[in-house]
Amino acid sequence: MTVFKKSLLAGSLLLATLGTAQADGCGIEKGTVSILANDFPALHAVVSGAEACGGGGVEFSKNHNKDHKDIMVAALTSDPSEYTSVVVANSTLVTLMNDGLVRPMDDLVEKHGGSLAKNQLITVDGKVMAVAFMANAQHLFYRSDILEEAGVEVPETYDDVLAAAKAIKDKGLMDYPYIGTFKSGWNLGEEFVNMFMGTGADMFKPGAAELDINNDNGVKTLEMLKSLTEYMNPDYLTFDSNAVQAEWEAGNAALTNLWGSRAGAVLDDEGSTAEVVAGTAFASAPKLGDTPATTLWWDGFSIAANTSDEDAEATFIAMMNGITTEMANANPDEAVWLIEGYTPGEKAIGVAATAQAGAKPYPMLPYIGALHTAAGAEIVEFLQGSEDAATALADMEAAYNAAAKEAGFLK
Amino acid sequence: MPHRAFFWFILPSALAMLLFIALPIASVILQSVHIEHPKVMTEVETCGPFNCTTELRVDTEATAELRKAQPLGKFIGLETYLNRNHLAFDVLKVQWQERDGFFSFVRGLYNLPFYKALTFTVAYTFIVTPLVILLGFCIAVAVNAIPKILRGSVIFVSLLPMIVTPLIGSLVLFWMVDANGVLGSAIQRLFDDPNLSLKASPFLTWIMLFVYGVWHSAPFAFVVFYAGLQTVPQDTLESAMIDGASRWERIRYVVLPHLAPLVTFVALIQLMDNFRVFEPIVGFNASASATSLSWIIFNDLFGQQQLFGSAAATSMLTILGVCILLMPVLVRTWRQYKVVQ
Repeated sequence: MTVFKKSLLAGSLLLATLGTAQADGCGIEKGTVSILANDFPALHAVVSGAEACGGGGVEFSKNHNKDHKDIMVAALTSDPSEYTSVVVANSTLVTLMNDGLVRPMDDLVEKHGGSLAKNQLITVDGKVMAVAFMANAQHLFYRSDILEEAGVEVPETYDDVLAAAKAIKDKGLMDYPYIGTFKSGWNLGEEFVNMFMGTGADMFKPGAAELDINNDNGVKTLEMLKSLTEYMNPDYLTFDSNAVQAEWEAGNAALTNLWGSRAGAVLDDEGSTAEVVAGTAFASAPKLGDTPATTLWWDGFSIAANTSDEDAEATFIAMMNGITTEMANANPDEAVWLIEGYTPGEKAIGVAATAQAGAKPYPMLPYIGALHTAAGAEIVEFLQGSEDAATALADMEAAYNAAAKEAGFLK
Repeated sequence: MPHRAFFWFILPSALAMLLFIALPIASVILQSVHIEHPKVMTEVETCGPFNCTTELRVDTEATAELRKAQPLGKFIGLETYLNRNHLAFDVLKVQWQERDGFFSFVRGLYNLPFYKALTFTVAYTFIVTPLVILLGFCIAVAVNAIPKILRGSVIFVSLLPMIVTPLIGSLVLFWMVDANGVLGSAIQRLFDDPNLSLKASPFLTWIMLFVYGVWHSAPFAFVVFYAGLQTVPQDTLESAMIDGASRWERIRYVVLPHLAPLVTFVALIQLMDNFRVFEPIVGFNASASATSLSWIIFNDLFGQQQLFGSAAATSMLTILGVCILLMPVLVRTWRQYKVVQ
């Protein structure tokens, strides 16, 4: 993880020179730049930086859309594509690459990407397919005041989390000390993947799209998820990130494994009390075995395959103008930037600590989506108590096999 | 109307139906019997901000060639219909042979996603539809009895649940039944149980969705019945009164027979609508406890792995379900047509 740390902490002068060179309309003469991105503040900051290159001969348009992943494949399949760039994450880049919709950008990186650190380049088979600019992970949020009152240390493992939750409950400080993004569907699927990662094992058999979860590691994962639910509000299967943030800000929970990108929103002066804000602190995601039970995510930009070379170049330069050191340091709390010269703020320490503790990235496997969906649907009954772990794992495997076969990953 | 005139009269709408209903359905049928080509995958080195690994990747060029040769994908006949995520006859056969009493078989059935969705869909349809008709009729009779000057505003208020967009309506109710919400905390106080939550147990979630369904659709039945009430022959009503019929007897023997065709109409529309129940499940975040056929179609299309064949197969099964539901009425209409001929 030293590369990651270096990118967070080390400064670079390269960018300053590039910044001056591009001051005049970013150096693009003409072309079309249209960007599709998710809708949250960090990406607004990046895309606004790219927008500064618009005007003159450059046509600029953007679409911040929460449902970007539902429209991106159709939008990039048309020729010429609807967007010249999609801001992607681990999971969405795979979807685009499965259909060959993004272009390698080695030439552009060589020509205009002098300021990029090596770990920002997402390379597949030696070709740069995306440029990452921020990192994200679910990590531990805890209420230091409540933990102190209950007389427990900051949890490092999930067994510690259970012990701390028990102590808080037994002292009568809170009814439901733990909270998590357990909403059935994508969120619950992510909780499963996170927890399984904590076992340190792989979810697939090596070199194949065959699942390898119906074993002791799978049972361990499910048992821990179930144990956590005993300390959670009974509505937990309806809680997504928004709901968890609201409950946290209302002071109803003392421990959660929540997205790093929510840290800024929790600590701002909206929607919460001074007591909660003062007490909230961050740490690495708890471990299940020897590995933090979470996945590391990155966000980055890609360039559409079905677009002209000229527009691709214009888009690349514009996006480079969006991910400057100045932008990162002007928005230190919006994200954990991977950009050189960025000094992480206090809200970023959770993600950084998680990465340093050896968390694994979310697998960029073509068939991970089928597993994620199967997990989010099939473990619900186990958590509700109407079936055992073995049945839930068998169901998950069966649902995955049917989906993977239909998508052409399994024979 | 002579057949010839009828043909020209119906032609434009028949063309539109062919274009916008029949052709899309044909395309869905086509998609449901195909799956994607086997993906050609190769092991490559992938590097990201955190590490480098050797992982399988889809060889897009080789896969694109397969796709070019057969753009529809690989033909597999009815396999998607029969797989574990749909009708799952193979699984059912094994479960039937290994059953430990009928109840365990039913449990196994409910463990399969398609049958789980079908159970809720059918329950929703057959519980909500009669309640909507009953409640709609009661409101219509009640509104018809209040002084004319108040009727306008009462009708407007009664129609509100139907005017509100289903997704918004369900979201509003979802927040109200939250433990911190008005209804949720009132219910907790009523039953004197601080841990009671409508969202936590599957059973209560079902009840909540049924109540929402009735709340949302009752205005539709009300409006239809209210319009019907305006056409009830006054002479018959008056003579019934002279004969000494009570209010209930007038409703039972005069009003209801007069409105019978409307009841059939409302029942038909509601059966179709309720069989396609979808929005409340999303609005109430209820997918953990209740899924419907429409919901699993949506889930296949908007999951992280898009499954068009699966979604198409479930769509066809839903259409089949609607046809079975409407069969009694369709048969009756056909018989009447034969008699007229």
